[in-house]
Amino acid sequence: MSDQDRTVIRIEGVSKRFGPVTAVDSIDLDLRENEFFALLGPSGCGKTTLLRMIAGFADPSEGRILLDGQDMTPIRPNRRPINLMFQSYALFPHMTVAKNIAYGLEMENLDKADLNRRVDEILEKTELSAMRNRKPDRLSGGQRQRVALARALVKKPRVLLLDEPLGALDKKLREQMQLELKRMQHEFSITFVIVTHDQEEALVMADRIAVLKDGRVAQIGAPRDLYENPADRFVAGFIGKMNFFPGTVAGTGVSFAGQSVLTGDIPTGLSGEAVAAVRPERIKLSVEQPAGDMNAMPGTISEVAYHGQDVNLHVTVDGCDDPVLVRVPATDADETVWHHGGKVWCSWNPAHTRILAA
Amino acid sequence: MREFKRFDPTRLWLAAHLRLVYVFLYVPIGVLMVLSFNKAGLPTVWSGFSFEWYGKLAENAAILSAARNTIVVAVISTILATLIGSLLAIGMEYRRRGAGLEAILFAPMIIPDIVLAIALLSFFTLLEVTLGLHSIILSHVVFNIAFVCAVVRTRLRSFDWSVFEASIDLGATEITTFRRIILPAILPGVIAGAMLSFTLSVDEFIIAYFTAGAGQSSTTLPMQIYSMIRFGVTPEINAMASIVMLVSFTLVIAAQRINKESVTG
Repeated sequence: MSDQDRTVIRIEGVSKRFGPVTAVDSIDLDLRENEFFALLGPSGCGKTTLLRMIAGFADPSEGRILLDGQDMTPIRPNRRPINLMFQSYALFPHMTVAKNIAYGLEMENLDKADLNRRVDEILEKTELSAMRNRKPDRLSGGQRQRVALARALVKKPRVLLLDEPLGALDKKLREQMQLELKRMQHEFSITFVIVTHDQEEALVMADRIAVLKDGRVAQIGAPRDLYENPADRFVAGFIGKMNFFPGTVAGTGVSFAGQSVLTGDIPTGLSGEAVAAVRPERIKLSVEQPAGDMNAMPGTISEVAYHGQDVNLHVTVDGCDDPVLVRVPATDADETVWHHGGKVWCSWNPAHTRILAA
Repeated sequence: MREFKRFDPTRLWLAAHLRLVYVFLYVPIGVLMVLSFNKAGLPTVWSGFSFEWYGKLAENAAILSAARNTIVVAVISTILATLIGSLLAIGMEYRRRGAGLEAILFAPMIIPDIVLAIALLSFFTLLEVTLGLHSIILSHVVFNIAFVCAVVRTRLRSFDWSVFEASIDLGATEITTFRRIILPAILPGVIAGAMLSFTLSVDEFIIAYFTAGAGQSSTTLPMQIYSMIRFGVTPEINAMASIVMLVSFTLVIAAQRINKESVTG
């Protein structure tokens, strides 16, 4: 669709203060038509506050939120074409699944036949038809989550907000639900905005992610952008695993531990203290010192953790307090060499080095 | 496991103790109820079964008018206290405030009735309110609010307030949300609170005695019974007490049932 990039919600310089605490600090964001957007950050970063302001349960201290170009500030939450899926699901305990779902439509004064048709339709799509007459306390966690989703989606909102939707589920169900939410988003063609502290969840589900820290946006981008090109040390460490080598900017990279220079692209204007960052899966292990223009350092294996599909190794190197994390596919792991106490060289292509401000 | 435990001596002792407590609690009431069917007018000698005293009771105009007064007081004060107390409970649980407010609110439950009675009497006198049934009703509302509020709050303790926001989010107004979401959730607590409040009001003597003023027109049942036993206990009073007991007992049990049922269901 051509309107894919059209802005649905525009957040303009929005701040929220609770007394002396600034929970959200002048955030600007554009949420687009039909996208799956994630607000990602550690607890206390302001992501839930921002979500509640979009829903209308909190008013911005400054700035405004626009929906399709219209200022939402004076519009009460029950009049906004935006629905929120609560972290606790907030199902009405005394109503059946079907009644829970019908509740929002009853507020729209639809005629009975139309209402029933829409309830049936959403029950079908969320595979809840068999549960329609059950009360929430007779449902599993996953089913409750689907009811909460159906109850919000049946209103056909412009935007669906999801507050930590998978937090209460166990790991296996969570992975299944991640894909299910993605499927729903495609099927209903509604903008989804999800709040999560789980970077993996955001990477799997979202089209775009805004990483929040201390009420500010640290970086916005597609999952791959954030992973491959983190804007700063916080994002680099928050998304996925990252090895950091502290040093100072020198020549073609960062001089590390006073000896070797770890080569990489130096961002313009960066000088003095810096870190060279590299992902664990980019590091190669070898017994001999590698030839060519590789970033390389010798070390000792201090830990070997087998994860099934891959093996995580900790390699202790000089000049770094934390061991270097190296991830190799289990099929490549040579146990005769890569064991506890083994001497190895860690090396990687300079193109995979990110140099960031310390 | 169960078979084995049945012969545990500690268990046997505890069971015996439990029975003893119940005997201690209910034998006097049982004696009273049995004697209300006693043919002769003596409190200690059994002389045959009879409904005579219940019949006498029905003919006693003073007792009947007192019973009517009691019901009027209990019904009106219960309605008022239930309304105010329930709303108070919602307010207190929705926005938790300091412990100070709670202490003040529950004071009428804890301070001795006699103190409350004197305080209310002084208050009415100060405001030059004429005493009568209406002043008893107001006084009963005062302590019943605290009881209703306490019962409703226990129900709200486990209430997930996000359903309130969920309802608004789905397009409902605050009023609709109250009617369709909050009220069904707290209704068992409200009914239980109302029943408790009704029972307390029916039984209440000291506060009613102080705030009733003079005359038969504002005499409640406990006051009537009190004035009658000054001339000795008659089986008529036994009959009266048995009826009051039965009503209170039924209401308290029903209140407990209702509140418990909906916690689990």
